[in-house]
Amino acid sequence: MMRRLLATSALSLAVAVAACGRPAEDLDQTGPNPQLPDRNETLIPPMRIASPTGWEGQLPTVPQGFTITAMATDLKIPRQMLVLPNGDILVAEGSGGNAPKLRPKDVIAGVIKAGGKSKVEGGNRITLLRDADGDGTPELRTVFIENLDAPYGLAFVDGNLYVANQDALLRFPYQEGQTRIATPGEVLTRLPAEVNHHWTKSLTASADGSKLYVGIGSNSNVGERGMSVEEERAVVWEIDRRTGARRTIATGIRNPTALAIEPTSSQLWAVVNERDELGPELVPDYLTSVRDGAFYGWPYSYWGRNVDPRVRPARPDLVARAIAPDYALGSHVAALGLSFATNGGFGGRFSQGAFIGEHGSWNRQDLSGYKVSWVAFSNGRPVGRPVDFVTGFLADGKARGRPVGVTFDPQRRILLIADDLSNTVWRVAPSG
Amino acid sequence: MPLTGPAARPLQITRSILLGFPAALFFGGMISDIAYLRTAVIQWTNFSAWLIAGAEVFTGILLAGSAVSLVLQWRTPERTSALVLAGVLAITFIIGFLNSLQHSRDGWSSVGAPGLVMSIVATLLALIAAWVGTSQAIREGGR
Repeated sequence: MMRRLLATSALSLAVAVAACGRPAEDLDQTGPNPQLPDRNETLIPPMRIASPTGWEGQLPTVPQGFTITAMATDLKIPRQMLVLPNGDILVAEGSGGNAPKLRPKDVIAGVIKAGGKSKVEGGNRITLLRDADGDGTPELRTVFIENLDAPYGLAFVDGNLYVANQDALLRFPYQEGQTRIATPGEVLTRLPAEVNHHWTKSLTASADGSKLYVGIGSNSNVGERGMSVEEERAVVWEIDRRTGARRTIATGIRNPTALAIEPTSSQLWAVVNERDELGPELVPDYLTSVRDGAFYGWPYSYWGRNVDPRVRPARPDLVARAIAPDYALGSHVAALGLSFATNGGFGGRFSQGAFIGEHGSWNRQDLSGYKVSWVAFSNGRPVGRPVDFVTGFLADGKARGRPVGVTFDPQRRILLIADDLSNTVWRVAPSG
Repeated sequence: MPLTGPAARPLQITRSILLGFPAALFFGGMISDIAYLRTAVIQWTNFSAWLIAGAEVFTGILLAGSAVSLVLQWRTPERTSALVLAGVLAITFIIGFLNSLQHSRDGWSSVGAPGLVMSIVATLLALIAAWVGTSQAIREGGR
């Protein structure tokens, strides 16, 4: 009797644990109307972390007619990049977050996720790369700014460099050709920094340069630290560049990890990471125009008005006005980079659209993301399906690299990719 | 190793003390589960998660000890009692483990009806285990 009971318990445990890590069917989860399966919460979320491995002299895969080279290696967790007017490339390096471990789960998940990350400590600095002759090999590499606090978003407007630390937006006056800034930055606006579960502060400037936009991620997956720590989280701020005054333009936008201006419409767009632990095919991460005053659902609902029952007290009043994002990128791809092709891009099918850096999944058995995608645009709106632009970050189920920020440089017609696993900045250029 | 008589007393007393821990911790988890379901204040489910994790540590230690006792007492009058104790502790441990997983989910899903039911069942089983183990200790102490 006892033996049978034990055996049955062990069996049901195994079933519960193994349940449904793989997508049940091949759903189409990209584009404006992604297919959404039923929620599938399991006792243990499906987890697969691609363990790191080296490039061993090999390179990521690029489309025919392009070449890729490592422009800088041995960086300290490169995240986002910026090309200055003189062509110098800035690379923000660092790791932030100070979320306390509130449950046994936080301790265990931290250990598991660390298995897919670089062991290098974040640099808390910005590195400058100067490749004046444009051959892809920088003649000069300097530490441009030191002693930052998990810098992430970068913007340049009118002789000033703006750096989004994890707790403040800083302004640094810049002289053309400068290779080092030693003066401390001036705080333009303090940013929400309590807990910083999602610590990255993404940044871009409006087309006319008068405003700065900062993306501020949520302080939890889905409100499980309580809603009091979510004040001014999962939002996009518009900051007046001269006064530092700020206004919240979008809410319920879970983790807006990169912001960029679409060049034909001057509209602000974002890539956003959606919630976990609803199954391998929920919820799709997305690319969306950031509409003034819009509520994107988090945490109460996803992809419009699909209610997430994990959040109590429920807020049907908020769910009723939640809007669906513009374009799904796939579930758990972890989009962290966004850069529009400008001035004709690479030409051909890569003339108008957005490059998207996908850091890669943990919450599904079939690894997803781990690549740079291209979403074509027409008349300022995405068209068609995303296509792979740079792949090969995975090899035999192991990760050789994980893309974060992507930056298209129209002057040199190159795409830069920050890889925070192999600590490399990759450079993609047309061959010949 | 003698399992009866004065020499065994420290072991029996220790077991009786330890048996109080899962009972108290699972009970605390059950109370804070109820508090969470009544208030939706997230800190209650955090409490539950730690209380259940603590209960599991002690249940695991007791389960290992009870397995040893079972072997040593197989040919003694306490066989049935040792068997019941090991069995109840095993089921308590499994339910507590499943409940830990339940409590690792986010928001309302960390408790919900399944979490509360498992907390109640684990509390009752831990009390039964404490009853059985302590009764056995009293009998052994009387011999």
